[in-house]
Amino acid sequence: MRGSNHPPFISISHLSKEYPNDRKVISDLALAAAAGEFVSVLGASGCGKSTLLKMIAGLSPISGGSIHIDGMIPANAREIMSFVFQDPTLLPWRTVAGNVELALEFEGLSKALRRKRIDSVLTLVGLRDVGSYYPRQLSGGMKMRVSIARALVTTPRLLLMDEPFGALDEMTRNRLNEELLTLKDAQRWTTLFVTHSISEAVFLSDRIVLMSGNPGKVHEEFAIPLPTPRTAALRGEPAFLSLVGQISRALAAIHP
Amino acid sequence: MSLNSLRLPFLVFCVFVLLWQVIVTFFKVPDYLVPSPLQIAVLIPARFGDLSSAFIITGGEALGGFLSSAVVGVAVGMFFSVSAIIRRCFYPYVVLLQTIPIIAISPLILLWLGNGSSAVLCISFLISLPAVIVNATQGLISVEINLLNLFRMGNATVPVILFKLRLPHALPHIFVGLKIAAGASVVGALVGETFAGTSALGAGGLGYSSIYALSQLDTPYLFALILTSSLLGLLFFFAVIILERRLVGKWHDSILGDRLE
Repeated sequence: MRGSNHPPFISISHLSKEYPNDRKVISDLALAAAAGEFVSVLGASGCGKSTLLKMIAGLSPISGGSIHIDGMIPANAREIMSFVFQDPTLLPWRTVAGNVELALEFEGLSKALRRKRIDSVLTLVGLRDVGSYYPRQLSGGMKMRVSIARALVTTPRLLLMDEPFGALDEMTRNRLNEELLTLKDAQRWTTLFVTHSISEAVFLSDRIVLMSGNPGKVHEEFAIPLPTPRTAALRGEPAFLSLVGQISRALAAIHP
Repeated sequence: MSLNSLRLPFLVFCVFVLLWQVIVTFFKVPDYLVPSPLQIAVLIPARFGDLSSAFIITGGEALGGFLSSAVVGVAVGMFFSVSAIIRRCFYPYVVLLQTIPIIAISPLILLWLGNGSSAVLCISFLISLPAVIVNATQGLISVEINLLNLFRMGNATVPVILFKLRLPHALPHIFVGLKIAAGASVVGALVGETFAGTSALGAGGLGYSSIYALSQLDTPYLFALILTSSLLGLLFFFAVIILERRLVGKWHDSILGDRLE
């Protein structure tokens, strides 16, 4: 796909971000992603990964360069993208179904249509039975599922995920990684995924972008040619482990 | 609180009343200084009409002061949350309003509004207002940044963010303010009446009647008035608690925490 003449689904060039105090967080960053691709962004804390994601979402203004999503600038592309934050960011006064419904309220959908969409997305992420629960009654992993359901209910074409599983225990994180891939194979959205975890990035991605900081830019890219569909067993295979090792060494070389 | 946990405090109350009765009787304390509990207990049904009309007058004034401070306080908090400029200009004055003893301005209110219930209501309102504004503002502006980002991703307008995010998020904070205001509005009405209460027949509230009873050395009736005033305060406080349980009980930790035992 990347060999074709079509412009990439996401194209970022000469991107820079400066704060008013002249601190440069991102400088001359270039990144492209094809439609349907799963790209992870790896890097040390403070290298500008989250800022990059917020700029793509149009939540943080850019200082220079350009970002285009399917030919649109971020502010005009909000209808086709969803953001999954590091915390579940749920409204505690709304039930699980009510929280998912919020995304559809933004789209101005009728009540009957909302009901149907909520039912199907809750079934998809395995939350059908807890639709009437309040967030405080759920575990961390369940809350994150609600957050993902809310992002998916609008059938986005671009999913931006900012360390969504960072606060979870490893077992829950692994299971949610597997579920995320299953969902993605069914719906074929494009994903930009920010994470600290190398093995998570290798497991999920078609491609990994390594960022270096001060100021943040793309340091190196790795294609992840592991077969799909990927299952839990993949984590024990030599090809997987060798990629994890290779990327760990590259990451260590940036921050000796 | 269960009925069981009220048993001991009730016992303490009985012992206290009994001791009071015994001491007053034994030492022959004159009833204009300290009346006996029995005397007060007999007086309450005897002057029930006077007490209840005073209760209704003061209760009305306090209710007016409370409701207007709730509405105005939350509305001001909303303006503060929508515009940082407005907040920076006026918020310091709200804090200042809290430090001014309202009693010091009461004579002015009396001058402008004249004697009577409207002046009392105004004093009650002014005493209750700052707590509502301060707590409502705190709740309305302390929304987590990513929740705001979520609404921005949905292209939500300012009113949508206000009513679907800020206001429900602020409810537990607003109730902190309302609980303070519930007590303050009753105090404001009682104190206001000692300044601005009217002596017109049947128009004297609890505060005014207290001053009058004092001037007549009608101490047993004064005690009955104190009890009635306490009842009014309790009523206001519990009304707010019940409303709070209905509105935030299902989702907020401050309420659910009680039920964990």
